[in-house]
Amino acid sequence: MPIAQLAETEALSDSSKSKTFVFKDEGHTLGNALRCVISSYPDVQFCGYTVPHPAEAKMHFRIQMHKGKAVDALKRGLEDLVNVCDITLEKFENELQNL
Amino acid sequence: MELNDEKPRVILNEYKVTQNLPTGPTILDEQFTIRNFKRKCRIVIVRNENFEMEFDWIGIHPFLANTFRRLMLSEVPSMAIDKVHIHNNTSIIQDEVLAHRLGLIPLKADPTLFEYKSDASAEGTEPDTLEFELKIKCSYNKETSKRDSSRAEDMYKNNNVYSKHIKWVPIGNQKERFKDSDVGPIEPDILIAKMRPGHELDLKLFAVKSCGKDHAKFSPVATAFYRLLPDIKIVREVEGDDAYRLQKCFSPGVIGVRQDKNGKKVAVVNNARYDTGSRNVYRYDDLKDAVVMSKIQDHFIFTIESVGAMQPADIFKEAVKLLRDKCASLLEELNSS
Repeated sequence: MPIAQLAETEALSDSSKSKTFVFKDEGHTLGNALRCVISSYPDVQFCGYTVPHPAEAKMHFRIQMHKGKAVDALKRGLEDLVNVCDITLEKFENELQNL
Repeated sequence: MELNDEKPRVILNEYKVTQNLPTGPTILDEQFTIRNFKRKCRIVIVRNENFEMEFDWIGIHPFLANTFRRLMLSEVPSMAIDKVHIHNNTSIIQDEVLAHRLGLIPLKADPTLFEYKSDASAEGTEPDTLEFELKIKCSYNKETSKRDSSRAEDMYKNNNVYSKHIKWVPIGNQKERFKDSDVGPIEPDILIAKMRPGHELDLKLFAVKSCGKDHAKFSPVATAFYRLLPDIKIVREVEGDDAYRLQKCFSPGVIGVRQDKNGKKVAVVNNARYDTGSRNVYRYDDLKDAVVMSKIQDHFIFTIESVGAMQPADIFKEAVKLLRDKCASLLEELNSS
């Protein structure tokens, strides 16, 4: 299973506001979806992702907040994606049954 | 232009692509929220037969469309031959080329009934591996009636090796769990090798479960793609021969010619859905101001062509579940740390 890890970031005044997360075995599929969701939150100042090297199965995910904790934005983003999947599945199943 | 309705559109001009000014905020300028998504997103299945499916997904952000396309292509698992033990190969096709060809044969086997193999070098076991056998020998055809023929298929027996020659060898309890018709190559007539008398193949094949990220042969779809819904508007009357000329500029069925009340033949848009978006109208100076071609930016037409092991609807559902599980497990990990 992929693991979300906290990468070492420069010790700024408040490091919980800005963080880079490293996702193992993830790439553009999750990276872009998550980025699009999280960057639309009003408290988020910056959100971006990169796959530093194509041969390495790693994805770096950066969140910088105006206020609040970066981890909370990430959690909220993942929750939203889970909800998106549930809604999609429900709508798709409904449509299949009505066919 | 009169295209400023409520929909976000890209307008296909002669040399450039522009955007319209929608009358209200669209999904593209709105913030992504679950409430908005639930309210606006709509799925309409258009076609679902013979392992091909087309459905419209309306009112979503482009990133979602792309995420699910990527998931279907490279993360939904399927079964494929991964290891070949070559006991004998006296045909002219080299061992490694033969093994590669065998790997690409689509297999009929429900991947949800199998597990991922944890150790690639270990011997295959009942829950994670399907074993097959390919044993075939080419010989002269002794049948007297065909003696004079010089066609290869009359002169020799087994000169062509097809996927139908692959025989399933059940491991452990697999005989009870699967029927003979549940497992094996999807197509019986895939040519694997050509042989001549004296040539022989004796192979053991091992199929495992994996996903397209690992190797394209594990991808459950022949192709899965989406496109934006095309829309064509005729903005001034086009009549007579010009109408037929306009019709020819687009894909068949897109533009129709109708007779109006005064008996004039007038061009109308029948169905813009299957237009290819070619800009042939711009070759005619007198016609190019008559139409406005556009694409609707929040209306995605998904086409899923399954290889044949799973129904396209199941592939899509599997992709959605995959993303769900992935996010849920990451979330759990974050919450527990």
